[in-house]
Amino acid sequence: MPDKAASAAASVQPGDPGLAGAAVTPSTRLFDRFPFNRMPFIGRQRWHLLTRRDKFVLALMVGIPLVLDIALIWGSIVVDFLWSLTDWHGNGAITGGGVGHQYVGLNNYGQLFTGTYPFFWTAALHNVFWLAFLMFVATPLGILMAVILDGHIKGMAFYRTVFYLPVVLSLALVGIIWQLQYAPDWDRGFINGTLHFFGYQVPLIKDIPFVGKWFRDVSTTDWVGGPLSIIPTVIAATWRHVGYVTILYLAGLKGFDPTLREAAAIDGANSRQTFFKVVFPVMKPINIMIVVITTIEALRAFDLAFITNGGRSPLELLSTLITNNALSESTRIGFGSAIAVILAIVSLVPIVIFLAMTMREEKK
Amino acid sequence: MSDAESTPGAAFTPGVAPSEEAARARAKDMPFDLIDASDAAAKDRETASATERALARGAVLKRKRGGIKPRRVGLYAFLVTITFIWMMPLLVAVYEALRTNGDVIQNGIFSLPHGLTLDNFITAWGSTTPDFPQAYANTLIVTIPSVIIVLLIGSMVAYAVSKYSWRANLLVLMIFTAGNLLPQQAIILPMYRLFSTHLLPWPFTDNGGTLLYNQYIGLIFIHVLFQLGFVVFVLSNYMKTLGTEIIESALVDGAGVVRIWASIVMPLCKPAVAAMATLEFTFIYNDFFWALTLMSTQDKRPITAALNTIQGQYYTNYNLLAAAALLAAVPTVLVFLALQRYFVSGLTLGSTKG
Repeated sequence: MPDKAASAAASVQPGDPGLAGAAVTPSTRLFDRFPFNRMPFIGRQRWHLLTRRDKFVLALMVGIPLVLDIALIWGSIVVDFLWSLTDWHGNGAITGGGVGHQYVGLNNYGQLFTGTYPFFWTAALHNVFWLAFLMFVATPLGILMAVILDGHIKGMAFYRTVFYLPVVLSLALVGIIWQLQYAPDWDRGFINGTLHFFGYQVPLIKDIPFVGKWFRDVSTTDWVGGPLSIIPTVIAATWRHVGYVTILYLAGLKGFDPTLREAAAIDGANSRQTFFKVVFPVMKPINIMIVVITTIEALRAFDLAFITNGGRSPLELLSTLITNNALSESTRIGFGSAIAVILAIVSLVPIVIFLAMTMREEKK
Repeated sequence: MSDAESTPGAAFTPGVAPSEEAARARAKDMPFDLIDASDAAAKDRETASATERALARGAVLKRKRGGIKPRRVGLYAFLVTITFIWMMPLLVAVYEALRTNGDVIQNGIFSLPHGLTLDNFITAWGSTTPDFPQAYANTLIVTIPSVIIVLLIGSMVAYAVSKYSWRANLLVLMIFTAGNLLPQQAIILPMYRLFSTHLLPWPFTDNGGTLLYNQYIGLIFIHVLFQLGFVVFVLSNYMKTLGTEIIESALVDGAGVVRIWASIVMPLCKPAVAAMATLEFTFIYNDFFWALTLMSTQDKRPITAALNTIQGQYYTNYNLLAAAALLAAVPTVLVFLALQRYFVSGLTLGSTKG
């Protein structure tokens, strides 16, 4: 796959300058130089039906968005990398050009990995926890809901709507809605209010056996104030993620070949066996897709942490570190770029898996 | 005695014959709720051939509709419980929004209301930070053009990539798709710099003129750029399922590629485009990050980004906070309830193909 991609990349490169030149001189030779004509087309005869103008229009249709996409999205990653080799602070440099660029090699990365910048590992750990929680709690729950809702359930539309609804809400809004549950004091947070109603004292979280010790330096009963507030935050994310997984998995189950299930039943499998031995393996493409989507969601996690406390400690994530390094008072652009590069590289893992999967299907 | 009727009764009757209990225990693991009244049937099933079981299953499948089994009861109990938990946060938000702050302070949240009122919504709507009507207007100004442009451009790219094959089309598709899957934060630093120093990207800029930063058009631009990958991916998958003969005959008849796109391909893609429009509306409406970072002034921020202000603003009055947050949620919830089918099929198109 990567080899194919690389060779394809090599073949498209000479085309792009041709495109740029096309706007200036739409010469007869343009499409001779453009690799279009030398390529084995699936519907080869169709290419002969196209006029030169048609080909030019098609090239523009793809070319302009493609150039912008490559330059701005993929180019940004390259720029990130170049900046990550500098100690550029970008102080007050919104319009000034590159004040204080100093090449520092891989110093920024060194600072990150050796823990000189303590937030990095914490943030990475938070991202990992976020991923693990979504993967091992939210996703199985979403699959379970999909399996249940795939059966003959009375009031199916209602249950479905309840689980799908959080998916349409923005994560920022989800953050506020859960803030209403988590907030300190019995007259603000719903959880504390409920506990209070049932007779618990209000400075309560830190008094809970085992759990409380992690919250002991929290003066109030703020569920998202303590060092482990990543847990309540990821629960809020779960509230939304379950519905997302349910939607995706349910679609897969609807397309599931019912004769396989019947065959399993004839062979005497119970429903649990049918699911784990027949349905789940056959759904492998969707399973991988969901794992990939969950990973990407976990790497993208931002809004919830940001709306809760600005994405600062104890809710720092890789994404909020980048943003705060880019936009806060003391911008450290070189440093933020290094984190951005790391985040991009890590993100490429699920992305490449996703592409390999979808494109392999394509080839078939 | 019809066994389908007898079983539910037996489930709640103490003193059921142990053998029947056992039969039920075995039966409850059967995928199609094989329930038989007699021990003989249960024994038969244990020793039955596959064909006989299939027959039994066929027989029971007909009856299935009427029966209530302990297993179903457990299932519904689980479903109702978890659904209740899932509804709770939103219900709490609605409940808080309908109560006065004084009421809650006096009686706590977990209490019966002393009068429900819409005052919080009215107060939130009339407040100046954020100015709700303005924030909604901003959302519309950004969202509607973004959705239209991204669908136009995306469908063109998808059409060119999926209906005309050349060697690089797979690569083009991959570049777009992967670009959309990157975390937005990975490209924010260069984007922020680009927006705050340039009106247009190099080489068209002279560093003068108006910055892209804090402009509606800048936000529209970034949405189109970032969402393009998703639209291209989904629409090209959809277009591949369309036949090519009609396009070929149109080409033979002398229609240009744009004409074919507009009058043949797009009409055929209506379901996918409708799904994408719904989904993209939700995505762009829900955007928090770009609006927060690339719009600097409050009066230009769309409603979702204004939530950040709302959160800080109403910290002392959670009833008002709940009302303001719900106001911000109304449009997406309405779109979802009205177009749930499109929303779901859009998400599904984007993932299950492949």
